[in-house]
Parts: sequence; C-alpha cells; structure tokens
Amino acid sequence: MRSVFNDELLKIARNDKRIFMVLADIGYGEIEPFAQEFPDRFYNVGVAEQNMTGVACGIAMEGNIAITYSIANFPTLRPLEQIRNDVCYHNANVKIVIIGGGLAYGPLGISHHSTEDIAILRALPNIIVVAPSDFAEARAAVHAMIEHNGPVYYRCGYKKEPAIHENPINFKFGKAIKILDGSDATIIFTGTIGYNAKVAAELLKKDGIYVRLLSMHTVKPIDSRAIVDAAANTNAIITVEEHNINGGLGGAVAEVLMDNGVGNIGFKRLALPDVNVSKIGSQEWLRGQYGLDAQSIASTVRSLLRKKFPKICNDLKA
Amino acid sequence: MVYGNGLSQYNHAAFAQKIRGHCLRMTHGGKSGHIGSMLSMADIIAVLYGSILNVSADQPKCDTRDRFILSKGHGGAAVYAALAEKGFFPKDWLSTYYKDAGKLSGHISHHVPGVEFSTGSLGHGLPVAAGMALAARHANKKHRIFCVMSDGDIDEGSTWEAIMFAAQHRMDNLVAIVDYNRIQALGKMEDVIELEPFADKIRAFGWAVKEINGHDCNQIEETLSYIPFESGKPSFVIAKTIKGKGVSFLENTVSCHYHAITQTDLEKGLRQIGELA
Repeated sequence: MRSVFNDELLKIARNDKRIFMVLADIGYGEIEPFAQEFPDRFYNVGVAEQNMTGVACGIAMEGNIAITYSIANFPTLRPLEQIRNDVCYHNANVKIVIIGGGLAYGPLGISHHSTEDIAILRALPNIIVVAPSDFAEARAAVHAMIEHNGPVYYRCGYKKEPAIHENPINFKFGKAIKILDGSDATIIFTGTIGYNAKVAAELLKKDGIYVRLLSMHTVKPIDSRAIVDAAANTNAIITVEEHNINGGLGGAVAEVLMDNGVGNIGFKRLALPDVNVSKIGSQEWLRGQYGLDAQSIASTVRSLLRKKFPKICNDLKA
Repeated sequence: MVYGNGLSQYNHAAFAQKIRGHCLRMTHGGKSGHIGSMLSMADIIAVLYGSILNVSADQPKCDTRDRFILSKGHGGAAVYAALAEKGFFPKDWLSTYYKDAGKLSGHISHHVPGVEFSTGSLGHGLPVAAGMALAARHANKKHRIFCVMSDGDIDEGSTWEAIMFAAQHRMDNLVAIVDYNRIQALGKMEDVIELEPFADKIRAFGWAVKEINGHDCNQIEETLSYIPFESGKPSFVIAKTIKGKGVSFLENTVSCHYHAITQTDLEKGLRQIGELA
C-alpha cells in the first residue's frame, strides 16, 4: 500500500505545486521518484520528527500542503505536541502519513507497532483520521487528503494487502463504505484488517449468517448515520481494528451508539488487548494471536449472536 | 541582500518603556506571572516593531510582510502591547488580558490580529520559522523570518533539530534572537543547564552569530538592520538581557517568573519606568 500511496501522491504532485514532502530519513525505495522529480519540494530533515512536523507546519502556513512521512509511531507520538499545538491549533494544511499501521512491522517489535495512534490522534481537534483498507481506498484517500484543507492523519498499510473492494468505490471522508449487506449483524472495520473481516463475513454466510460489512476508513469524523442505521437494522455490531482496545474504532462506535440511544444491541469490540505486544512474529501471525484472524472474527460473531439472540441462531450449523 | 539603512530616528527606548508599562498593568490586572520575561525582551520587541519588521496594521496578512514568531509564548503580553501601540487592535483589549472572556490569552495566540503563530510550549518556534523560511525561498519571496526565543527554548531538543536544519539549508532569510537573561523557570542557568560557550556552539552549528546588549536599542537596531550577517548562513543574535529589566525589585530574580504584581509594586514599577511621577 505504501507504493500505491507514493505513486498516487507523485501523480497529484505533478499538477499541484503546493505539495511538499518533509520526511525524517525514512522511505528508502519509495520516496525517490518524488525526490528526483521535485527536489525543491522535498526535504529530509534527518532523524528529527519534531523538527519535521514544525517545518511542515511552517511550509503549510505559507499556503502550501506539507506531507510528513515516516513509519509506525515515528511521525505521530514523538512530535505529538507539534501536531497538537502547531498543526491542529493553526489548522495547518499538513498531512501526517504513517507507513505500517497496526502490526505491519510485526517482528520489529513494539517500537514499530502503531497500535494506539487512532485513539490519540482522534482526540485532537481539527484533524481527520483515516485508515484505508486496501489499494482502492488508499488511492482515493490520497486525493481526499489533498483536497481537504486542513490536517489529515493517514494510516497507511505496508505491503501488498489484498483487495477488499470488488467494485469501484465512492470514497468520501466521514462516509463509511458498505461492502456487503445483511441483517443478522454488522461488522465495522477500519484499515487493512478489513480483509480478515471480509473473509469472516464470507465464512459466516456459509453458516447462514448474513452480515453487513462496513469499511469505516475515516474514524474521525465518524459516520454516525451508518452506525445508527446498522443498530436499527441489524441485531449486533462487531468492530474490528488492529489497534489497542482503548479509544480506537470500537470506542468511537460505542460513543455513537450510546449518544444516540441505540446501544441496546449486541456489541463487541475486536481489537488488540491493552498490552504491549511483545510476541514476535509476522503481522498475520500476530493478528491470529490476538483473535483478529478471519476464523476468530467469525467465531466471535457467532458466539455473540448465540448469546444475545438464541432464537435467531437455532438453525445455525456451527 | 542588505536591509535597513543604519539607525532610524525612532525612539525605541520610549516605545520599550510603554511596552513595559502595559505589561506591568496587564500582569497586575490578570494576577498573572511571566512579567520578568516580558520586561527582559521589551527592548528587543520595541526595536523589532519600531523599525525592523516590515509589518502593517492596515494589512496584517500582507503577503510581503516579515514573519515574526515569538517562541517564548509566555512573554506574549509584550508583543500584544507593541501590536496595540502600533494599531493592530484597540488598546482597550490590553486590559482584558488573562480575564474571563478576554481578548488576549496568557500565551501568545494567532487569534490576535498581527500575531503570526501561537506558542506556549517551548521549542516550537524555530522549526516553524525554518519551514516558513524554506517556503519563502521556494516562492522567491524576499521577506525575512524572525524568531525570538528564551534561553529555556534552547534546552529543547527540537530547537537544536531546527538549528541544524536551518544551517544545512543555508537559510539566510532566517533570524533567531535569544533573550539571554540566563534565568530559567526554576533557577539560574549555571545551576540548571549552562549554555556557555553559547556563541561558539551556535557558530559550530553553522550559523552566523552576534552577541549584543539586549537593552541597547541602538545596538539592537544596528544589528538587525543588516540581515543576513553572512550570506548563506542563518543569523543568530544572542541578546544579553536582565530578567525583569527596568523594575529594580524584579531584576535578576527567579520569582519574577511567577509572582503577580501587587498594587503597591505596580505603582513602584510604573514610577521606575517613568510612567508615574
């Protein structure tokens, strides 16, 4: 997905001279085309994320669009105060891009896991928080990010994530995309973990459980209408995210349900537990360790429906 | 490119005393601290707004304006005072400083006409100023970017990140001025983090450095009239100052970072700066 991001950005930058890349010595093998084509709009500040963010803010304050770019937590948590005070408070046109959201850099260890970013970033005023789930969303989100005048946090994937969308998508910040429809339950996911949610939905279909599947690519502003509609028209909501269970997508969805008085449905947050992930392994292996593989997601949906709605589940095979 | 033509006829010293008077009244009215930091840089701010910065109250967002960032945002009242005196907003706003539903916050805010950038946490100003300097050069614009910092600002790693970056990119449209009063929040610099040999350090990092008396308005103006100090290098001014300058019982004290000004001290202070007989 990072290649898709860089490819799309490069294309847009050819026609939009306001776009600068400001990065902190990260991006080998990906950022060279931009650097070569636009050397006067490309700055590597060195290993200095606070300065990267401050410089980007200064560039953006002068009518430009500045993109900060690094991996995992580096462009978010290290310069968090610069994002809050400089970028968000001034509504500066800075786009904070991370490569490798969630556990994408699995075996590299906790320093390279971006697993609290959604909760932290969505607490800041003025910023859009977006986590594309596949290449189609990734491409569309680059355009949306540039068209939006103000701060955006773009949680990019890493490698060749499989496609989730089979048809062309209508991508708008704050507007969930319905991938499958069904009335037994709704699975709402954000980011590249969405593929496992989709496989889970297909497994459930074989059991006769029909799931509405929503890609909540934008966690802030969240699509409240889609959540309330799911609560009204399906029996349960299960959120799926590759993020600490505190304050991420699941928390955001729960807030909407309670605020709208529609919380009295089956509800389960599937996320990473509130631990530092010290197990060593690939992204997919780690997902499985924490119940985020397709089989585990499907099992969670089955047990939730069984517990809350035994009548509905009487006929289920599994 | 050389800006300025030597000394103007502007009475900076008188302007600085006006700024000091406003700051005393504002911090007294707001029952707020940081007066020492405001008095310390009053002469620097007076010279900048008196005759150095190309800014105009009529067109505060004019594209060709010089950009000024106060990184030591806690001293913002001194800038508010200068802006009010220069007509950027009505002077009666000053009495709302720190008050409920006031116009002016304790740390400098870009919501105030004439203020370029909000700060308050140290170490933020210089990276943003460096970004503005890059953008100016990229657009072939001739305005300068000035950033006033405290010595506390220099403790922050982010400031040093920007110091290295500005030198690397030879930003000679960028000017950093340190209000070097050598007293930080909890004590004297020699007891907290000693910066000396400060000028040598900054020179070693690739900047052109001048050390001046930060209360000698003529020297400040002379220094800031010829930017850059060296072509291809960012300019760094170490302005040696006295925290609390101009009010004897505040000068060189740590406590003047915190204590609000009592009514008695307000009168004494205003007398010392020549506002009361």
